[in-house]
Formats: sequence, C-alpha cells, structure tokens
Amino acid sequence: MKYADEFRDPVAARGLLAKIEQVTSEIGATAEKPVHIMEICGGHTHAIFRYGLDKLTPPGIEFIHGPGCPVCVLPMSRVDESVEIAEQPGVIFCTFGDAMRVPGTKKSLLQAKADGCDIRMVYSPLDALELARRNPDREVVFFGLGFETTTPSTAFTIQQAAADGLMNFSIFCNHITVPPPIKALLDDPYMTLDGFVGPGHVSMVIGIRPYDFIARDYNKPIVVAGFEPLDLLQSVLMVLEQIRDGRAEVENQYSRVVPDEGNPASIAACDDVYETRERFEWRGLGEIDTSGLKIRDKYAAFDAERKFGIGYGAASRFVKEPEGCRCGDVMTGRIKPPQCPKFGAECLPETPLGALMVSSEGACAAYYQYGGSRLEAAE
Amino acid sequence: MNDRSDPGTVRAARRLKADTVTLAHGGGGKAMRDLVEDVFTSVFEPADMEDQARLADAAMREEGARLAFTTDSFVVDPVEFPGGDIGKIAVCGTVNDLAVGGAKPLWLSAAFIIEEGVEVALLRRIAASMRAAADEAGVRIVTGDTKVVGRGSADKLFVTTSGVGVIPAGRDLAARNVRPGDVAIVNGVLGDHGAAILAVRGDMALTVEIESDCQPLNALMEAVIAAAPSVRCARDATRGGLASALNEIADAAGVGIEIEETTLPLRAEVKGVCEILGLDPLYLANEGTLVLFVPPEEAEAALAAMRATPAGRDAVTIGKAVDKHPRTVVMQTLFGGGRIVDMLVGEQLPRIC
Repeated sequence: MKYADEFRDPVAARGLLAKIEQVTSEIGATAEKPVHIMEICGGHTHAIFRYGLDKLTPPGIEFIHGPGCPVCVLPMSRVDESVEIAEQPGVIFCTFGDAMRVPGTKKSLLQAKADGCDIRMVYSPLDALELARRNPDREVVFFGLGFETTTPSTAFTIQQAAADGLMNFSIFCNHITVPPPIKALLDDPYMTLDGFVGPGHVSMVIGIRPYDFIARDYNKPIVVAGFEPLDLLQSVLMVLEQIRDGRAEVENQYSRVVPDEGNPASIAACDDVYETRERFEWRGLGEIDTSGLKIRDKYAAFDAERKFGIGYGAASRFVKEPEGCRCGDVMTGRIKPPQCPKFGAECLPETPLGALMVSSEGACAAYYQYGGSRLEAAE
Repeated sequence: MNDRSDPGTVRAARRLKADTVTLAHGGGGKAMRDLVEDVFTSVFEPADMEDQARLADAAMREEGARLAFTTDSFVVDPVEFPGGDIGKIAVCGTVNDLAVGGAKPLWLSAAFIIEEGVEVALLRRIAASMRAAADEAGVRIVTGDTKVVGRGSADKLFVTTSGVGVIPAGRDLAARNVRPGDVAIVNGVLGDHGAAILAVRGDMALTVEIESDCQPLNALMEAVIAAAPSVRCARDATRGGLASALNEIADAAGVGIEIEETTLPLRAEVKGVCEILGLDPLYLANEGTLVLFVPPEEAEAALAAMRATPAGRDAVTIGKAVDKHPRTVVMQTLFGGGRIVDMLVGEQLPRIC
C-alpha cells in the first residue's frame, strides 16, 4: 500500500535495529540496568505491540507505557455523568464508539443504550451537529473527549453551532491536554525515565514547542514520532543517541506531518472556545493541575455541564478504583501489566476492571491482545 | 420436483399491485397470499405448495450417509451492497455452513421478517438474487415463511435460512482432526465483505470500491475433498474473520497455529480502509472465504484443486498447525516478531451479516 508499506520495510527495520543495538551497548544499558523510554501516546503503545517491536529491540531498552489513551484515563465519575445526561428525557447522546464500553460505577453507555437511552455512535462531532439540525425538538449532546488531536474538531463544531444558532446542541467537555501529565510524571520521585517518544497527532496540532520544558527543566530528551514501525524505531534511535551524547533536546522525527509550530488555525479555535480547568481527574493517576479544558463563558449555551447542572469537582463524585486495580502503577512504570494480580484473571478486555484494559490503546489491553507474557507462557 | 418452467404466465393473474408492504400483507388473507406467491414462491419454485416440503434424494439412501442441518439469521445493514444483498448472503451463508462440514447442500428454507413500508420492488430484487445464488450453488429453496411487522419493529428486512444437506459415508471434517504439521490454506482475499459494508454505509465518508466476496463454496469444497481426501477440516471465516476461525480450530484440536503476516492475501483497498479506521483485517467478516487444514503431503493437490475453481483462484497457504503454544494462534509479523492473534472481543462492527 502506497505511503504505508514504505514505513514497514523489513530491510530498513533491520538496519535501524542494528544501530539501536549498537547505541544501546555504547550507553552500557543492559537487561539489568536498562534505559527507560516512555512512549506517551496510546497509538504508539498499540503499534509497539502490534509489530512486536518490544521483542525486537535489545533487552537494554525498557518501554514505559504512558498515559496517552484518552478513553483509558477518563474518570469513572465522568462516565456516570454521561449516563445521567443520556438518561434525561429528549436527549440524543452522541459518542465516539470506543467510549461506549468504558465501565462507569453503575453502567457503561453501551448498557445505558440497551436500557433504552438514545445513544448514537458518531465518527465526528459534526455528525452530532447534523443530528441536532435534523431533530430540533431534541437536545443533542456530544461526548467531547480526547487530547489535542480531537480538541480542535470539537471547538470548530461549537463555533459552527453558535454561528448557526443551534441551541439544542451542547458538548459534554472532557478534553484533556498532554503536557501537564508529563510534568506530573517527571515530578514523581519514583519515576526513572531517561527519555520520551512524543505523540505524533497531538503535536500536529500543538507543534513541538510545548515540550521544551522536558528538555530545559528536566534535562530529558524527547522525539516526536510517527506511528509506523520505522517511525518508531528511528525515534527510539534518536532518543538513544541523545542519551549517549549527553544531549536533552526536543526533536521532530515526524516532520512530514508535524510542523514545529503546529496548526495555528486549530490553536486559535481552541483558544477561542476553551479555557483551562484548575485541575482534572485522570483515571489511574488522580487529579492533575491544569490538565483539562472547559468551555468558555461566551459559549456557555453549548456547555452540557451548565445545561444539565453537572459541575466538575463535586467531592461526592470521586470514585475509588476497583479493589486491587494497579493501573496507576503501570502508568507510572512501577510495574508491567502482567505483574498486576488482576491482569488476565479478573481483568480482561471483555470485562475490563481497570482503565488500561478498556481501550485497545491501553497498555494492558495491548499487552494482553498481542501476547507479551502470554506468548512466553504458551511457548 | 414439479416442472414450472413458465411461472410468469401462471401467476400473472394474481400479480401483486402494491408498491410497498403494509401490515395487510402479513394478515393471512389475500394480500398475504399475493405477496408470498408473486414475490417469493413464483421465483423459488418449490416442489409443491403444502406447508411442509417433502423431500427425497438418492444421496440420503446411501449406506453410512448422514444428514446435515443448519440455520442462520441475517440482519445485514444495508440490505443491498456492492457484490450482494441480504438474500444472497442468506443463501450463501447457509450453503457454506453445510459445505465446510463436508455436506452436499440440497434444500433450504427461507423465512422473511419484513418491516411495514418496504418497497415490493426491493423484495423482488432480493428474491431474484436468492434464486440466482441457489442455482449457482445447486440447491433448492423448498419452504419458507413471511411475517410483516410494524414500522420500527424490524429494520427493512431480516432473513433466516435453514439448510439440509447430506454428508457422504466416510467423510469426517472436524476441527478436532487437525494435527501439528497440517497446512492452513485460504481460498482468497480477506476482509472484502466487512470492508464493503463499511464503505457502503457511508458513515466514514470513504470512497473506495470494494465488493463483498459473498459466494457459495460448495463446489470448491467438493473439488478439494476429491483432490485431497484427507482434508481435516474447513471453516468459513464469517463474523469475527479469519482470526476467530483459526482460534476455534486451535481450541478444538488442542494445537497451536502459526501464520505468516507476509502471506495473508489482502486487497490494497481493504488494507487502506483498515489503516484509516484502525481495524485489523484478520477480524473483518467474509462471506465467501474459508480456511482449511490438510496434511502436508496433500497440500499441493488441495491448492491446485482450489485454484481450478472460480471461488479459489487466489488460494494460498498462510501457515500451519504446530505442537508449540497449544490453543493459541501466533502470527509472525513482517519483521519476524511474533504476536498472539486472539479471538475478537466485543464487536468490531455491528450488523455485518
């Protein structure tokens, strides 16, 4: 397939792997004393397992799977609130498909749909806006979630709704941003990260400058990466070379897609529509300062939180993780998924207990689906 | 079977006049009789018009022959799509369920749940398509039923087909028969049906031209069994795709299965759709694709026999059964890394067949 096969060429991959092997040994990293590289984005986690890159890279490299799966880090209290909105009479609740199965404390949206709520799977917030246009007597709510990748499309949709005066449309805003959790992880005294593979699609929107603090303040290298196997291998090599050379820089491996300055039109739309929340809860990580977005007062009419009287942060809303769930420890690199006693036992992709088993981009789900320890055990 | 070579003239007097189906067409009266006779039985031409089909076939009387019986419901949305329609997959699906078990399919029933308001012209197209698929597979639709339900109680049209076939004496195709060393062969490209349905639904604004692979596989199965009599088992890779079929076989036989990513036959368009939407083609539904296992010494003969049939032109070896990692399917990726190919969790796509 054009423009994808080129980035999956086994010969080129072997060449990169040989260089990775060499630089790893130059650094002196071994299985006992590995370099820890965090891939922040869930898409990267998925690709690493799908192509078996964790097996192909030398044992001196350990991948720590970051918090970059938006469905995984969605707090259960917000799922409960989405169900509450969907249960209101006259509401059509629209969501991306992968949020349907996320368990709340009582039920998932999928169960709410089976119980009679009008919940529609859409592929874009604009589809939800179209539903609002065609159903003027219904209140159409879009479940806005995701990182900077999806944040602009929600912002454009709100601007469009305002321009068209579609007052029966609103957004339940759960958008979050990538840099604050990275900072939180770097401030965690237990974290021993040596470098980062930075998110590709997020950076397409925000550019690479928001990561400057990682190099400047924490002295760690970060390389923004694409999603094909060769992209990832090259990015890992670039991180390793920085470590070997004692550099800490923000580099852009994915320059064919990511401009250094990002996408100005998207950034402007987001500035117009959102302001930063003081803090927002991340499932498995707890509350993180300035990590969430809410809708500005000028667009209050399109804010489902205000329309339905759901404010973020009511103390009674916070929900404890299920007993024994160790997603937080996986996300901060303290343990690998199979070291969690619930992994593969009570916590399975079909009956996820913790956040990381929920979406295919979650570290536990990727680990489970594509083998990891199960393959070793089977052989 | 009765000879009804010219049903058009016989039925002309009762020709259904309505353009759309109403609840009256399910009421048991004249309107229903007109619908059933004009739209369905005049096309399917069952042997007689009793409530039950009375059947005889020489194959049933052979010593050691066994009867095979299967049923399947179809709710695909949309009901017509590139490469087929709900009627064609209702016939092919049931024919293929029989064929992969080693049976020669003979007779089908067809039951229709019709939503009020459906165009009669649509039903006529579906019925003609079913007759054509039945003729291609060499089976007869011998009995059936229609029900009409109110608007919203069904979505346009649901079809259930049951099928009866005969397994000749001595044939034993079953997943438990697979042994380490046996070779896995597929008859053609993967995922066309799932990708075609996805594209035609228009939700994704994809403009690709992919046709469903919907086709009967009984002629192909007979050719394989004749050329490779020790064929162990076959599975049609419908819902859940090749991944699910292979996992079922690994489970039943207690063997491991190894496949090679580089050998999997995929159209560029299907790969493209999967890339864009983040789907795995191993889990996409097929309606005319099967995987079978043969002992290595018969693999060449099986491949050649498959390639000589229209449904098997692109047949290719994709892997083998192994004694490592029992009950687990492992794929060697492009780079030589191995990964587990698990059963599908949840649904990749709803209402695909």
